[in-house]
Amino acid sequence: MPEASMSMYVALAAVLFTLGGIGVLVRRSPLAILMSVEIMWNAANLLFLAFARQHGNLDGHIMAFLVITVAAAEVAIGLAIIVLLFRKKDHADVDDIAELKN
Amino acid sequence: MNILLFIVAGIMCIAGALGVILAKMPVHQVLSTVFNFIGLAVLFLSLSAEFMAVIQMIIYGGAVMVLFLFVIALLTARKDPMERDHGKLTGQTVAGWAIGGGVMAMLALVGIIGQATDKPMAQVDFNTWGTVEHFGMELLTTNILAFELTAFVLMVAVIGVVILVGRQKA
Repeated sequence: MPEASMSMYVALAAVLFTLGGIGVLVRRSPLAILMSVEIMWNAANLLFLAFARQHGNLDGHIMAFLVITVAAAEVAIGLAIIVLLFRKKDHADVDDIAELKN
Repeated sequence: MNILLFIVAGIMCIAGALGVILAKMPVHQVLSTVFNFIGLAVLFLSLSAEFMAVIQMIIYGGAVMVLFLFVIALLTARKDPMERDHGKLTGQTVAGWAIGGGVMAMLALVGIIGQATDKPMAQVDFNTWGTVEHFGMELLTTNILAFELTAFVLMVAVIGVVILVGRQKA
């Protein structure tokens, strides 16, 4: 069996990143958008780890660790904002959220 | 490092991502996100990133997704869908898929073309490289600033959430 090469990881990360981007563009529930953003974070993480493995040093791991931390913080705050939005109105379509417009 | 492992885990990741985009119920979306994360953890293991794979499962597959589930259970436990007039903005949906598909084709093509000039992976000792011990040594000595930054970011998140949601008297 041949081994998976670097560019396979790069291509897979690209596909996952754009799938997350499509989710952000297409879906209109804030929860779905947050999850799609999570997928995009993770695609970037996969790239960091793949290149760390290729070069044989751990700096990519440190960066991926930071990314996971920031993503966890982002989810906590994002979900708090979604909870606040749901308290105000019945549904939370992102098209309805335009309080900052005026 | 086996190509079969890569293909199975990659299909898991892509199927999970597609599930997030296509599923109607929020709970199904959470489940497919977890599916995606499990596939990614397998890929991390195949890159000999043991610690990151474990972290991926515990923090993402566990903590973050349970947080999502709590919010869904608290807020959307009813029949009507969250998205108002779902399916009315078909033009935008098609445009989103078209733009996303174009970018995806472009990026994936770059990855595939790059295969010609691929450099081989570095030779590492799989018994020690990327383990908790190795990672911890790297994080707590060379990259101590990143570690402290992590603590700061988590502190900001905690304070922010408490200020945002915990203000009401009820």
